[in-house]
Amino acid sequence: MVKRKLVPYLLALPGWSWLALFFVAPIAGMLALSLTTGDVITGFRQTFHVANYVDAIATYWEQISRSLLYGGSATVVCLLLGFPMAYWIAFRGGKHKSTYLLLILLPFFVSFVLRTISWKFTLSDNGVVLGTLKSIGLAPDDLAVLNSAPAVVLGLAYNFLPFMVLPIYAVLERMDPRLVEAAYDLYATRTQAFLRVILPIALPGVFAGGLMTFIPTSADYVNASVLGGTHNTMVGNIIRTEYLVNNAYPTAAAITFTLMGLLLLGIFSYARALGTERVMEVQAR
Amino acid sequence: MTITAHERADMSRSPIAGTDPTPAISLHGVSKVYRSGSETVTAVREVDLNIERGEFFSLLGPSGCGKTTTMRMIAGFDDPTDGEVRLTGNDVTGVPPNHRDVNMVFQSYALFPHMSVHDNVAFGLKRSGVAKREISGRVGEMLDLVELGDRAGHKPAQLSGGQQQRVALARALVNRPSALLLDEPLGALDLKLRQSMQSELKRIQREVGITFVYVTHDQGEALTMSDRIAVMNEGIVEQLGSPAEVYERPATRFVAGFIGTSNLLTGTAGEARDGGSDVRLADDHVVRAGTALLPGAAVDMTVRPEKIRITTHEPDAALSRVRGTVTDTVYLGSATHYTVRLADGTEIVVFCQNTSDALEVAEAGSAVWLSWQPQHSYVLPEAHASRPAPHTPADPSDEETHNHA
Ligand SMILES: Nc1ncnc2c1ncn2[C@@H]1O[C@H](COP(=O)(O)OP(=O)(O)OP(=O)(O)O)[C@@H](O)[C@H]1O
Ligand SMILES: [Mg+2]
Repeated sequence: MVKRKLVPYLLALPGWSWLALFFVAPIAGMLALSLTTGDVITGFRQTFHVANYVDAIATYWEQISRSLLYGGSATVVCLLLGFPMAYWIAFRGGKHKSTYLLLILLPFFVSFVLRTISWKFTLSDNGVVLGTLKSIGLAPDDLAVLNSAPAVVLGLAYNFLPFMVLPIYAVLERMDPRLVEAAYDLYATRTQAFLRVILPIALPGVFAGGLMTFIPTSADYVNASVLGGTHNTMVGNIIRTEYLVNNAYPTAAAITFTLMGLLLLGIFSYARALGTERVMEVQAR
Repeated sequence: MTITAHERADMSRSPIAGTDPTPAISLHGVSKVYRSGSETVTAVREVDLNIERGEFFSLLGPSGCGKTTTMRMIAGFDDPTDGEVRLTGNDVTGVPPNHRDVNMVFQSYALFPHMSVHDNVAFGLKRSGVAKREISGRVGEMLDLVELGDRAGHKPAQLSGGQQQRVALARALVNRPSALLLDEPLGALDLKLRQSMQSELKRIQREVGITFVYVTHDQGEALTMSDRIAVMNEGIVEQLGSPAEVYERPATRFVAGFIGTSNLLTGTAGEARDGGSDVRLADDHVVRAGTALLPGAAVDMTVRPEKIRITTHEPDAALSRVRGTVTDTVYLGSATHYTVRLADGTEIVVFCQNTSDALEVAEAGSAVWLSWQPQHSYVLPEAHASRPAPHTPADPSDEETHNHA
């Protein structure tokens, strides 16, 4: 009897150990590090110096809020592009659903940094897009997209689009297409059928997709450094510089935790806004 | 029920009395061809139907015969490849489902999982702009009608199959459509629930007086519930008539075999006399048919099992009679079912009520006489003897295919 009861715990043991070793321990270490004072040469001492946080936030407030803004914008762009794609594949994909999904994942076979650099070429002042537009006179000659906020947001959206498409596709795929027909049958217009039936049922997918794009995009630094130039740095860039260039470990750790706290706060209010109960309930079906 | 629903019932019943003969639904030469790749499937072939107002009309047929397809064309989810659909006299070709005054009860119910029972039922009323106060009243009445008044706040997933079925019914009925389309609504229920829902549906239909178009592949269900039945097979309507007509006078071999149990006898017509004919069966028995036939014509006749008497002594010569050997008896309490083999191998099923004076001829192997009134040998009309094959080669003039996943 006792043995039986233990089996599930034993089975979960590798998983828990993994989490403890590679998640809890480093987080605890980082948390401790963020409250130390000193420098690389003289060493860091545990002083519970909360002022690290105050200083970090005061200095880098602009980059922190910019990160949340860019991450949020990229998430919205992903949602606007990704929902129709997921919908189309789920309901109109027919026999070729898996082919379309593979096409969406295809860019992922190329390294993240390379993909971003190729965007730099695509968006460059005389590249494929702008060069063509300018040569046929559809864009002013001095138009530049690179080194701007939109370039960073577009790069982020491009890189993380599949994280939005896949979870939405997963819920729509399981949805009974008769539900949409039932809505039309009950006098709903296309818009009403979408807002009252399709969207609420797809909500858990939108929720998951939103998290999976917002979290990595707001912590990203590659897009900002490749596409954003010098005036669009994000908090990821700051953490990187503080850690690898300035060796200011406590500051880097403090910013990291600030970002984490803000993200958690954002996620909880997001879940509330969408209605956790509904999110969970529909998913349970 | 509400006064308004009664009023509606009167409104929709009165045309039957003859004031307005426009049928609620009519199909004229409606065909539907599905094409996938190089293969085409004719799901529905040149169907003509008139469904009267207030009628309980059934589409009956085996799986894949085109019942759902017909229904979807009436509801507006699919357009006919050919022909036209009229709702209360108006051609509705190209009119989307949300602008058609008919509502559908889906085979799978298709209840909105994220909404309460109340919100599911209120959905159509909200979309068509009914005032808020009126909505809650009508939803409440409708839920009472289907006896789910106490479940208004539940989610569909918290209900049993039969309850979900009734929500689906309420969700459609509450809109007071001119016709309700029900696609095998009881298909997912167990036998007992099915039977109680059958009388429930009948009661509701009588109460609201709305035209019901009922799809089923269960002949018993169609016979007990319908005013009229269209028996479909391979995309065509084989027979259209009242339950008694399709049962007593099947138009084709298919109908005879599909509805109830029937015994098919084949033979050749002999001398015609007294408004009937002699028919020589394959085993050389001569039986009487109640119809005058062309001498020498090949004849298909059916005799229902309950019309046949089984005796050990020779029956009256005025009856149609054959001799055979009992091969199987099944005792069912109130009745006994016999299988009797004739000399040429034809098997005939006989249902015998076990009344107190019933003969004890039961044992397998005993030689018996079978006899029935001549008017009960029903001769199948020959008109439908040959009919086109269900699959036709691709026809470039077919304008539309349907590929929705
Ligand atoms: N979307 C479609 N594409 C191609 N063929 C179809 C499509 N829908 C139905 N069919 C074909 O049309 C024929 C009739 O189908 P339908 O669904 O109308 O049958 P049914 O009478 O409702 O059967 P069941 O009792 O099994 O529900 C079948 O041969 C089916 O394979
Ligand atoms: Mg069907």
